[in-house]
Amino acid sequence: MSGYLTGVLVVLAFNVMAAYAVYLPMAAGQLNLGIAGFMAVGAYAAAYLTNEMMWPMWMAIPIGSAAAGLVGILIGIPVLRTHGIYLALATFALGQVIAAIFLNLEVVGGAAGYPVTEFASPYVVFAAAIGVTLFMVLLSRTRYALYLTAVKSDPTVADLMGISVRGIQVSAFALGAAVAGFGGAFYAHHYNFIEAQHFSVLLSVYTVLYVLFGGTQTVWGPLVGAAFFTLVPELLRASEQWRYALFAMFIIVFMALRPQGLITASLFRIFRRRPKAAAGTEAQGKGASA
Amino acid sequence: MTAATPALEIKGLQKSFAGVRAIRDLSFTVPKGHATALIGPNGAGKTTVFNLVSGVYGIDAGSIHVNGTDITRMPSRQRIRSGVARSFQNIRLMGHLSVLENLLVGQHVRASSLCALITPYRLIPNHKWKREARRALEESGLGQYADETVGALPYGVRKRIDLVRATLAGANVLMLDEPAAGLNPSETNALRDHLKALIASGLTLLVVEHDMHFVDSICENVVVLNFGEKIAEGPLSVVRKDPKVREAYIGSDEE
Repeated sequence: MSGYLTGVLVVLAFNVMAAYAVYLPMAAGQLNLGIAGFMAVGAYAAAYLTNEMMWPMWMAIPIGSAAAGLVGILIGIPVLRTHGIYLALATFALGQVIAAIFLNLEVVGGAAGYPVTEFASPYVVFAAAIGVTLFMVLLSRTRYALYLTAVKSDPTVADLMGISVRGIQVSAFALGAAVAGFGGAFYAHHYNFIEAQHFSVLLSVYTVLYVLFGGTQTVWGPLVGAAFFTLVPELLRASEQWRYALFAMFIIVFMALRPQGLITASLFRIFRRRPKAAAGTEAQGKGASA
Repeated sequence: MTAATPALEIKGLQKSFAGVRAIRDLSFTVPKGHATALIGPNGAGKTTVFNLVSGVYGIDAGSIHVNGTDITRMPSRQRIRSGVARSFQNIRLMGHLSVLENLLVGQHVRASSLCALITPYRLIPNHKWKREARRALEESGLGQYADETVGALPYGVRKRIDLVRATLAGANVLMLDEPAAGLNPSETNALRDHLKALIASGLTLLVVEHDMHFVDSICENVVVLNFGEKIAEGPLSVVRKDPKVREAYIGSDEE
């Protein structure tokens, strides 16, 4: 693999992990605009453990992820009392506050940034992204994922069906934060340097865009969205000056025409229709004989 | 709990919205294993009663018992566990999910352990939850719609699916808000058979309905509301002769 290709794929791996971190709360109907803050928590916590505590990476990274998840729970409980634009603003401010704290925290280098000694190779990063994707796919096959959708589309009915709406919302937010922290921890150990400025609003906003573009109805949306936003600008490198302008135009037109995102549940049903119809009659036959 | 314990017992219920008294000192009981209708002109407070029993709104005064359990102060989320489930007047299914997925949401009360929550049931062919939901659909004659997207189905079918979802919660008291509204005659007949089968299986129904022929064929008792007050109660044949009821319905074709 060429250095260039490896570099692009590593960026893709980080973008995929970030996209899934945004996707989880969004599947429950909540916009988290502060995802970069949770990445920072994971990155700094894990880096501190390997640098100062001499922990091995395989222990430090999960703890960094758990730290981000814990911050997610503690902040999610009060913040998730707000909805819509207020929740977006609250999480936006939260991301800023977290970045500002690390910017002023001298023990992890403050504004000068924080060099990290342990190194995670590109293959380790790929494995992490694949692991997160598999985890999300597995999760999407559970009742938990079904309830995320239920809470998003009709919280009143979900509540009357006995589903804990707040429990689902807070857990999705915290789980998303833990995934963000996981990605952030790998980021720190792959690039061997972190600075608070990297975990900016722009990073959060871009990640939200990946997810909206890919679509939030299915688990594949964030993957496709992250891949699209990482790879297409690379392919457009031929026309250097205009590539971002063209890309931006395309996104505006696309979102106007298909606001639900690229990958939707009904899209899958169309592709599966024929084999599924056969399976359906078979199951009916079984039901009748039983 | 004895056999005489009513399925639903409402005592002295009061509810005001911004000073407007929507429900005034309402008391009635729904006996176990029977269908009772809640009727009255538009705006009489029938749906409000459902919202108060299911806990969408809190009440101002009074008490609500389901199967002998006091649910007056119970959070709305827990009420379904005491045995009361409901359907909705304006069908509230999750439109972009499949029929089967909507029914699985209805099963939550009986599958709410952490283990049930994180079992990747969709990867397991013919998982018991899917099998159960499919069987419930087939018993209602809706088996062919199991894998369809709910949003694309006709109104009458969605209405029936809303009902099937309510039955899957394992509740023994079902509150049905205008189940026959907007159905064509053949769909109404299918619904009647469906409800009769539910009653025969031992369920208790409380039905809000405008179609009096339908009410007459299903319900043994009716409770008549007008302006949030009970104005009559008893068998439909008796109640429809009541002067107060006639007055409430004046100008309406239903009486």
